[in-house]
Amino acid sequence: MLRFALKRLGSLVISLIVASLVIFSCIEVVPGDPASFMLGINAQPDTIAALREELGLNSSLPERYFSWISGMLTGDLGTSYTYRSPVSEIVAERLVISLPLATYALSLTVLIAFPVGVLAATRRGSVADISVMGATQLGVAIPNFWFAMLMVLVFAINLRWFSAGGFPGWDAGFFAAMKALTLPAIALALPQASILARVMRSSLLDTLSEDYIRTARAKGLSKRQALWRHALRNALIPVLTIIGLQFSFLLAGAIIIENVFFLPGLGRLVFQAISQRDLIVVESVVMLLVFAVIVVNFLVDLAYAWVDPRLRSRV
Amino acid sequence: MTDTIFSTAFRSRNIVLGVSLTAIFALASLVSLIWTPYDVTQFEIANKLQTPSATHWFGTDHFGRDILSMIMVGAQTSIAVAIVAVVIGMGLGVPLGLAAAARCGSLLDEIIMRGNDLVFAFPSLLIAIMITAVFGPSALNAIIAIGIFNIPVFARLTRGAALSLWTRDYILSARVSGKGATRISIEHILPNVMNLLIVQGTIQFSLGILAEAALSYVGLGVQPPTPSWGRMLADSQTLISLAPHMALFPGFAIILTVLGLNLAGDGLRDLLDPRLRRVGR
Repeated sequence: MLRFALKRLGSLVISLIVASLVIFSCIEVVPGDPASFMLGINAQPDTIAALREELGLNSSLPERYFSWISGMLTGDLGTSYTYRSPVSEIVAERLVISLPLATYALSLTVLIAFPVGVLAATRRGSVADISVMGATQLGVAIPNFWFAMLMVLVFAINLRWFSAGGFPGWDAGFFAAMKALTLPAIALALPQASILARVMRSSLLDTLSEDYIRTARAKGLSKRQALWRHALRNALIPVLTIIGLQFSFLLAGAIIIENVFFLPGLGRLVFQAISQRDLIVVESVVMLLVFAVIVVNFLVDLAYAWVDPRLRSRV
Repeated sequence: MTDTIFSTAFRSRNIVLGVSLTAIFALASLVSLIWTPYDVTQFEIANKLQTPSATHWFGTDHFGRDILSMIMVGAQTSIAVAIVAVVIGMGLGVPLGLAAAARCGSLLDEIIMRGNDLVFAFPSLLIAIMITAVFGPSALNAIIAIGIFNIPVFARLTRGAALSLWTRDYILSARVSGKGATRISIEHILPNVMNLLIVQGTIQFSLGILAEAALSYVGLGVQPPTPSWGRMLADSQTLISLAPHMALFPGFAIILTVLGLNLAGDGLRDLLDPRLRRVGR
């Protein structure tokens, strides 16, 4: 297990290094001079020179890369050009919205997908199974931002149960804040729950046809007992991996959904930074998101190998 | 042989429904090249925000443009972006996958597979954001962003399928007869993974349509005045309580196209390779 963990840790570090190089070259090398890019075409030469000085653009590329990375490692993400405050502070403010939103959406995904997937698998071919398969087919096809807009129309504008957007802040109380995140979380969860329910169903169907389930039934366990004691646990293994992968889709999806609901999270920050040409913010936030995705997938791999020892030999 | 395949295909509800839905939108986009009910570049403010009627089947938008015509022209954008992105993904991913399988375990294989992992770590939207942050939003950049994400999908699929083929007897006999790895990959491996690639192509096509809609919706894709389904949804957002039809019809267009492609993909998979039926999600 330790050997497996170390090997995966090695490839995690390599992935992070390559990812940082890609992001660095995209943001700091490709546009030519980042300072004149950020200031636009009408900027005075001395303003550009001042910004170059401020951004440390006068040092060599490797020097800039290492100072960016070492800053990242010590929690210094640079200073935003438009906000004039440390990026780490801005990110922290936004993270208290984006992280709960992603967690909320992931919980909804699991809460919907598990029972639905189990129901469909245990009643294979029944009306319930066919409706689940049909509904999930539709759930995958619906763009979640469109679904979000319709929910705003129905639940915020017509029924007035929720506000159409914005975030009251956690100071307004836990329930007020969670209420503001509810419609966005449902919108995010819809396609993911559809995918996960299908994975749950097919994975459970696979395990239910295994010999050990037949043995369990032969030894006198009822269908329900065999399902709960043996099948579900094994069926969960592929489901876990998909949940890990879904985290990255939730992060990316949140970027769009935050814009539908005007939630001041990381996603909106990225879009504002792009329109203000604040490359420092774009660079740091993209790197943070990629870091989160790579680390989560690493943890899922570890959990996976821990649950299923057969996988440790296969790296 | 072809006769039986077609008659089986016709009996599969998924394929019939999926292909018909896809065909409707493909046809609409082709027709819109030469004819649309109204000119989508013409603003008629006097006619703005009309609800669906006999003259404007899907109503009009805030500039008085006919929504049916815009959906037809928007189909061009969606389909073109998604197809080119699939072509990029296949064009680069399949050769990479074939090469990785032919040299399985080599440094080349390792580099290709780790590179794939890396692209997977960037959700496609993040790639799009980086590209647009630097090069500015456009349809071309949307295509590149979606296409890059398709490469590892096809590379991984091709490698996996090709690996199992390399152990077959007929490949061995081809090697004995003196054919090189490249020739074997092209002449023997590729035709045998084609089915899988077509099925995956349909699925990536539908994901591409969703991705294009999302990018255009947040303003990172096709730029106005070119109509696109995502942009139409973005325009409708502030007017949704006043003119819900502006949001409904482009949304239906996206859903039906994606649903059609997914159903066709599922049906094709069952038809071309019954062994894969259980793996389907």
